[in-house]
Amino acid sequence: MQGNQVLPGKTTSGSRGRSLLAKISDSDVAYSWWHSPVVVIATAVLLVLVLACLFAPLIAPYDPFDPASLQLMDGFSPPMTTSSFSGNHYLLGTDAQGRDILSTILHGGRVSLFVGASATLFAVALGVGMGLLAGYRGGFADAVVMRIVDVQLSFPAILIALLVFGVARSVIPPSLQESAAIWVLIFAIGLSNWAQFARTVRGATMVESHKDYVAAARIAGKGPVKILATHILPNVMGPVLVIATISLALAVIEESTLSFLGVGVPPTQPSLGTLIRIGQQFLFSGEWWILFFPALTLVLLALSVNLLGDWLRDAINPRLR
Amino acid sequence: MTHPVLSVRNLVVDFPDRRQTFRALDGVSFDIAAGEIVGVVGESGAGKSMTGAAIIQLIQSPGRIVSGEILLNGVPITGLPQAEVAALRGKRIGLITQDPLTSLNPLFTIGQQMIETIRRHLPLSESQARTRAIDLLSEAGISDAEDRLGAYPHQFSGGMRQRVVIALAIAAEPELIVADEPTSALDVSVQAQIIGVLKALCERRGTAVMMITHDMGVVAETADRVVVMNKGRIVETGKVADIIRRPSESYTRGLIAAIPSVADARDRKPVAAGVAPLVEVQGLCRDFRLPARTLRQRFAAPVLRAVADVTFEIPRGTTFGLVGESGSGKSTCARMIAGLLPPSSGEVLMEGARISGRKGMSGDQRRRVQMIFQDPYASLNPRWRIRDIVAEPLHGPNRRAGRRDLEEQVAELLRKVRMEPDAMFKFPHQFSGGQRQRIAIARALSSEPEFIICDEPTSALDVSVQAQVLDLMASLQEELGLTYLLISHDLAVVRRMSDFIGVMQRGRLVEKGDTDQVFDAPQDPYTRMLLDSILDISKVA
Repeated sequence: MQGNQVLPGKTTSGSRGRSLLAKISDSDVAYSWWHSPVVVIATAVLLVLVLACLFAPLIAPYDPFDPASLQLMDGFSPPMTTSSFSGNHYLLGTDAQGRDILSTILHGGRVSLFVGASATLFAVALGVGMGLLAGYRGGFADAVVMRIVDVQLSFPAILIALLVFGVARSVIPPSLQESAAIWVLIFAIGLSNWAQFARTVRGATMVESHKDYVAAARIAGKGPVKILATHILPNVMGPVLVIATISLALAVIEESTLSFLGVGVPPTQPSLGTLIRIGQQFLFSGEWWILFFPALTLVLLALSVNLLGDWLRDAINPRLR
Repeated sequence: MTHPVLSVRNLVVDFPDRRQTFRALDGVSFDIAAGEIVGVVGESGAGKSMTGAAIIQLIQSPGRIVSGEILLNGVPITGLPQAEVAALRGKRIGLITQDPLTSLNPLFTIGQQMIETIRRHLPLSESQARTRAIDLLSEAGISDAEDRLGAYPHQFSGGMRQRVVIALAIAAEPELIVADEPTSALDVSVQAQIIGVLKALCERRGTAVMMITHDMGVVAETADRVVVMNKGRIVETGKVADIIRRPSESYTRGLIAAIPSVADARDRKPVAAGVAPLVEVQGLCRDFRLPARTLRQRFAAPVLRAVADVTFEIPRGTTFGLVGESGSGKSTCARMIAGLLPPSSGEVLMEGARISGRKGMSGDQRRRVQMIFQDPYASLNPRWRIRDIVAEPLHGPNRRAGRRDLEEQVAELLRKVRMEPDAMFKFPHQFSGGQRQRIAIARALSSEPEFIICDEPTSALDVSVQAQVLDLMASLQEELGLTYLLISHDLAVVRRMSDFIGVMQRGRLVEKGDTDQVFDAPQDPYTRMLLDSILDISKVA
């Protein structure tokens, strides 16, 4: 009778022949998720918000973009009122034009989330690519990329986004500006966020590229592009995922800030930021709900994504287990 | 009645986690008398370091002592409050750790660290402590100790640092010293000196020493008694000579048999004369530019010659062992021969065709050269399945079309390295170190190479696993007619495996020749020194 015994504990289950779902629910990450109530709540809030925004055209009680359905007489209805004029019920009240706030939030959140997610995706692609190049090549390429990163990180992201936006506005012909606005916004926010991905990936790439499995691939005759794509990239994506979550929240806030400043999406496609800008005009005249609910949505969205990202960073870090 | 200095009674340590409880130590009992050196040996995971950690009560969370006692001079120290345990450490129990680079604070001078430690434990004034620090350092074999008090740890070599750590450990005249792998991070020649210092100091002071090591050679040369551990339990305890010569338990017998010794002449077939060389290394040099510190150096950067004019050849079907201490340039040599690093000058020829400098290598030449790496944890991509890892070098004409064929090919390779073909669907983390090294060998074999460079292929493995991997390499050589370049710091491994041997020192090849000749009648003074300083089980007192 030799050997370290494994004493019977709470559960003992083999890893063979179980469904994927069972494996996921048994993993350490799932365990840590289930055991932090704050994260569970954050996930639930985020899921509700994202799904509601995603299916806004189906869920929203009214179509805020259809001028025919707007009831001007219902303007400034407070929350939870049924209009005596049109018989419509407004859960979160209406704005000056009689638009249902709930519906505008759902549609606006959709724009915000789309811009935030696309900008983050763009930032990840650019940052990871530059980071891989700098980390693997080293030398001159590394020096150039990292100095750009240093310079960019010393400016607030919003300034860079404003700069890009300003330049784009003078370059793009006025006739296209309306339709291109959203893409310019994505480009501007993405460009202001790539630097931190580049820095993280560069460090991780330098570590990974000195490991022997990369040497083995080189001996096998693989070229740098193939090695980067198949060997190094999958091994540096862990931290990228974490930053991307937190960066998503930042991108949504950034979009709102830009829209609030009036340089974001056009008023025909209001985002959360546009709604907040409109709402703040009425704050001191007593119509608080026009500002309050879009702002609350933005806070909830950013907070839940942030909490989730923060938890993810700790959960996938084996040293903190 | 006198008590032993240290007495461990039925010690049980558990590591509970959310699924199950792992029993790291299970009923460990042993004594150490004053002035006695007891070696605690075992393979990784045997619980030897855990025993040391339990004695100084620094078990990492969530581990805890479940039952059993630890007595220091007859007084139990388990369950004492933290403050009292902390007072024991350093004062009554000295500690020597493996890595002298991390156990000294790089921001303080040696003198500051010595004086601080001495004054914490002994009621001495600053100048008295200083005098004592100088005495201790000279006793530990540091010359000009007075001048060196102002030096920082990075100005010391690894061996010197370990001497400082020893001086720190004995500073407060402890009754017991726990030494956890005190020489494992050091070169052979330094290892022997450190062991000598430690032994002399403890004999003079009558300090009891618990020497934790995986290296039977270290125990053979230093310890009075040895405790053999396996999987959290003590297998056998006894006098060193008895255990090494007449082990009674089957586990110990296996362990002893697996340890290669420099005294064992190789039982290899003699190499037939006149076999044409497969690989020729001619005048290989490699310079590294050092970072410039001054403006002048910017224009003429100082150069470190890591490999200088190395020339040797390897006949087909034989093994050439390249030995040397750390920094001797043997790994740089290996990387140049493998084509991972371009040489500064010189070339590597394979049947007359140049293979050094990766760019000039054709696909077929590349196929013929493969490499096995030291660390099987870093040499397999953790995100790839074994099937894809093993099949990676397969491409071009060697890669048969279709997934079914590929899997067949991989299964065949896995069988060659004595593994189940099912393994191909798993990931590297599901395998032990020895199994991973087999997978690495299977990958090397997949391009049907003729020449394999093995860079410290077994130094990350336990002795019994090392023996299996070496056996596998030898039988594959016979089966497939492979030619090996074996790079190792372990002379016993090289003696066992090689037909020819080259000894490197500071980038130069100081001696080369037939293995038995070099081992039995070394010509170069450096080779002689190296062979003399090996701690080997054949040297047991």
